[in-house]
Amino acid sequence: MRPNLTSIDGHDPSKPAFSVSNLNFYYGANQALHEISLTIADRIVTALIGPSGCGKSTFLRTLNRMYEVVPNTRVTGSILLRSKDLLSIDLTQLRHRVGMVFQSANPFPKSIFDNVTYGPKIQGDFSRAELSNLVEESLRRAALWDEVKDKLHKSALSLSGGQQQRLCIARALALKPEVLLLDEPCSALDPISTAKIEELIVGLKDTCAIVIVTHNMQQAARVADFTGFFLMGKLIEFDRSTVIFEKPKRKETEDYITGRFG
Amino acid sequence: MTRTRFQSGLDELKGRLTEMSITAERAIDLGVEAYLGRDADTANEVFKVERATNSAEREIDQLAIDLLAMQQPMAVDLRFITACMKINADLERVGDLAVNIAERALAEINRPKMQLPADLGRMATTAAGMIRRALDSFVDANAELAEAVLIMDDAVDRMNKEIFVSMASLMRSNPQAVDQALDAVVVARALERVADHATNIAEDVIFWVKGKDVRHGVAEQAS
Repeated sequence: MRPNLTSIDGHDPSKPAFSVSNLNFYYGANQALHEISLTIADRIVTALIGPSGCGKSTFLRTLNRMYEVVPNTRVTGSILLRSKDLLSIDLTQLRHRVGMVFQSANPFPKSIFDNVTYGPKIQGDFSRAELSNLVEESLRRAALWDEVKDKLHKSALSLSGGQQQRLCIARALALKPEVLLLDEPCSALDPISTAKIEELIVGLKDTCAIVIVTHNMQQAARVADFTGFFLMGKLIEFDRSTVIFEKPKRKETEDYITGRFG
Repeated sequence: MTRTRFQSGLDELKGRLTEMSITAERAIDLGVEAYLGRDADTANEVFKVERATNSAEREIDQLAIDLLAMQQPMAVDLRFITACMKINADLERVGDLAVNIAERALAEINRPKMQLPADLGRMATTAAGMIRRALDSFVDANAELAEAVLIMDDAVDRMNKEIFVSMASLMRSNPQAVDQALDAVVVARALERVADHATNIAEDVIFWVKGKDVRHGVAEQAS
């Protein structure tokens, strides 16, 4: 699906983050995704919604080849990251360029400082000053700096759930990704932590494309510029969020977002 | 469970607005009857009926706001609730216009009866017919019926202009008829506004049912 992207201010529709064509995905003999085609634009938030088991998280995981850790999976079709085939990109490089944050916060059992610097240290050599600057910049972008600046060497596990999740976002941002994938990042958080992360998500799109899977339709409406509705492994409708949530074109979409099923 | 409760709220909103629409239609019918029949009792009935539309307006708006806050509706449900709020305001104004007509009726009763070159009866029938069709389109969620209402507005606008011109001419030629002629102009203007509100209601129904904004004669292009 190729919706009109020119309506998003400042966005260059000729340079999408991802171009997906005829994507099929299999867990063994079970086909989980059917002929998915869409364009994910750069520097905007794209939300993926749908009932449990519809394939939205499976699709998300194809965008940085996370499915490769699961045995007996298979993909056909093509995914291009900025016009380059995902399969032709070095996997470690891909995971740097396309960061991911999961439903349950998963900070490493290390200090806050070491959590943020873990990825960059693998990537290259940095001086202590460079690492300190990187930590401050990443934590500021994740709206966490003010809360942790005086305890950077304390364990990440001492933070609250919401703070841990923002630390995971900071950890991903430290690698300066082009894309950030978020798989239900707020589902385990209280409303205030959720609001902080949503605010953060909207702010981050200035520097990277964001794709968020969420069960919370109101969250998708609040943060996303574009929304895709998945059902039974198919992409039913993909359009600007105002269209999806005000006047969806497909009956299945309308039935889902109005709570008539799902 | 949540959808059942929400649906029940939507049904209640529609039911209350349907009741209000019947009241507003009745107010206009009574107002015109009072004016054409020079009937004070009927005019006074309009004032009672109009008070009912005022309190209904407040209750309906509150019900709509409660649904918006508590249910976070989307798509067709969101369009329905916002359409209801707008139709609510239009119906309250229709009630006010009925009062304006009834007030002219009371003024006329104290004046000599005069046959005016103004077919207010025909204009009233057309305007009342528009309101009826617009409200039927709401009750039945019938966008085609609503579209038919839009076409009728030009005829009422023409009738209003004709009455204005003929009353102006009458006042120039017969100063004795000034009071009656001015009342006729006011009543024609009120009926023209009733037709405008019927158009607004029809446009809101089209937006609710089809998601198309056809206000000001512009059909929104599909994105």
